[in-house]
Amino acid sequence: MTKDAILGAIRRGLKRGPLPADQQAMLGGRLATHPRHLIPARSRLPRPDQVALFIHNVEKEFGTVERVPDLAAIPAALSGYLAAQNLPSRFVMAPHPELREIPWASRPLLEFEQRRAEGTDQVSLQHGYAAVAETGTLMLPSAPDRPTTLNLLVETEVVVLRASRIVGPYEDAWDLLRAEGKDTRSGGFMPRNIMFVTGPSRSADIEQTLELGAHGPRRLHILLIDDDPAALPMGDAPVAPPIAIPGGPPAPGD
Amino acid sequence: MHVTSPAFKENSARALANPGLQKALGTAKGAFLQRRATAVANLPEFEQLRNIGRDIKNHTLANLDFYLEAFEAKVLAAGGKVHWCSTPDDARAVVLEICKAAGARTVTKGKSMISEELGINHHLEAHGIQPVETDLGEYILQLRGEAPSHIIAPAFHLNREDWEADFRRLHTDLPADRIFHERRDILAEARTRLRERFLAADVGITGANFLIAETGSSVIVTNEGNGDLTQTLPRVHIALASIEKVVPTLEDATSLLRLLARSATGQDFSVYTTFSTGARRDADLDGPQDYHVVLVDGGRSNMIGTEFQEMLRCIRCAACMNHCPVYGAVGGHAYGWVYPGPMGSVLTPSLVGIDKTGLLPNASTFCGRCEAVCPVKIPLPKMMRHWREREFERHLTPAAARTNLALWAWVAKRPALYRLATRAASGVLGLFGRRKGVFRSMPLAGGWTAGRDLPVPEGGTFMARYAETQRRR
Repeated sequence: MTKDAILGAIRRGLKRGPLPADQQAMLGGRLATHPRHLIPARSRLPRPDQVALFIHNVEKEFGTVERVPDLAAIPAALSGYLAAQNLPSRFVMAPHPELREIPWASRPLLEFEQRRAEGTDQVSLQHGYAAVAETGTLMLPSAPDRPTTLNLLVETEVVVLRASRIVGPYEDAWDLLRAEGKDTRSGGFMPRNIMFVTGPSRSADIEQTLELGAHGPRRLHILLIDDDPAALPMGDAPVAPPIAIPGGPPAPGD
Repeated sequence: MHVTSPAFKENSARALANPGLQKALGTAKGAFLQRRATAVANLPEFEQLRNIGRDIKNHTLANLDFYLEAFEAKVLAAGGKVHWCSTPDDARAVVLEICKAAGARTVTKGKSMISEELGINHHLEAHGIQPVETDLGEYILQLRGEAPSHIIAPAFHLNREDWEADFRRLHTDLPADRIFHERRDILAEARTRLRERFLAADVGITGANFLIAETGSSVIVTNEGNGDLTQTLPRVHIALASIEKVVPTLEDATSLLRLLARSATGQDFSVYTTFSTGARRDADLDGPQDYHVVLVDGGRSNMIGTEFQEMLRCIRCAACMNHCPVYGAVGGHAYGWVYPGPMGSVLTPSLVGIDKTGLLPNASTFCGRCEAVCPVKIPLPKMMRHWREREFERHLTPAAARTNLALWAWVAKRPALYRLATRAASGVLGLFGRRKGVFRSMPLAGGWTAGRDLPVPEGGTFMARYAETQRRR
């Protein structure tokens, strides 16, 4: 059998047979406890600065963010954004309970359907599961109420994210999912798919020059709900980015 | 893929004389170096993370059999399948079988170097299935019938004029006199073209940057989103991965991801970093119905336990080739197989044999920049030297080189003779060349002086000068 041949060749190279039971148990323990490695200090900040770092990093990667006080403010913010971008007021929405709770009747001109995205959809409204301040990255696990196609097939993706769901490093996001995720198939915590999204789609394949909107969305807009009192900007002054991160030139694509 | 590495010298001569290629190399290189330097400077922990990355990979390789089996068990639990393949032939057969079982007519593909290594496209075409490359760079290369010249920027060698000309030549249903005002017009045309392909495909094939033993996930990293469309829309997703891609946990993958984008494109994080675990769940509204991981050995297990084992740490960021003066002069195609640059000069001999690829590890000045930028600290120059030694042991080195080396070694082992000979040579050369300061040509060294001047020795030999400095102290 091919599997045995490959494992046999690996073991011959390592000059040993299959690992003894105690060593297997040790490695199994490493998998079960998944120890963290060094975590960069940049996201270890007071809550308001952590949220400000997230916003700073999203904007550095050509995404946009609007802070809103609560779910009730979403319809006005969304219709304002769509109008400003000259986009139609029709969109495809993730059938997520939090998004269905939004008082859509306040803006009757907004039309939406709750389903997966199709090739003809222009705008999607996605539910943000969590986000990572370290690099301005959205964490979007697939679920029946969070279809993956909403992140991919549209020209403009709008994501509703609660400030309370912004964490510092990726490791904290993994721990959120480990605590909350329940996969019916495997009994574990991983859904079929998790997309970590940092800004809109782009390519630099033509002369290493960055262009936005390669195959995925050209625009990524985040409606950030300030549901975390501890994360609100302190005072009336706008919050400066907590650490100076020189912008640098845009990076090339894959 | 056909190996043209034996013709490295001829390939290089052609590359150096190709003005289009030289222009493209000139445009691209500086940008890569500057972006990486900026990203690294912005992460004070980068150097520590390199050590961590190296240690994670070393730990995994020392227990590779365990982690591969753990990975397989988790894939099965999530409703996926794992196919173990020793050879490229095995892997091609498995991929074809999956595509046939799905009744596939077209297959979309995300960028994958292992797919190039296996020659998947050719094999599918030969059996009536149309593969469609969807990474923008890979797309134009497929139209041109070319191989990638860089592992993360496949169309590194092309200029904007090439893109416009090819699109005009091959997208014949569009008006021939259309104008590409900006690069984004080229991009928009490809986007429209490929959107139809994404929606029509029956099977999607991607590579994998990592496999996670803890969860049974395959990870891809892209900026365009083409890999995600490829693995989300068709009924079947096939992830191709070589065996050394596995890492133990999500935390391990996370630490390596902090190194990958910064080393590759100078981004802090790529736009899309996606973890796929099994097939569509019952209530999901999208995603593939079948999920397959094709695990490919392809000669890698033979590297374990040898002086080339450390090469299996490679995470394919391309920093080594971006910083290599040889790659920067001749581009990727000259290397003659899938993997160019310093990492290719070590990996290619391991996978296709040193007999055909002996010129590659010799095409290095050992300047050491590749090792200095490698995110997992692979000692690339040392391993190129190991290949030169193996080549010498197997008598693959040309006879003249062997004779001269033997002669040099004989003299070098006799210090008195060596000092006398070098003093004489330096004296004679100094005498003859004193007026011009350089030699434009030299008997028996025409190959060397054809490309550069030999400076005339000034003063005594190294040994003489050293002795003199010691005396003065």
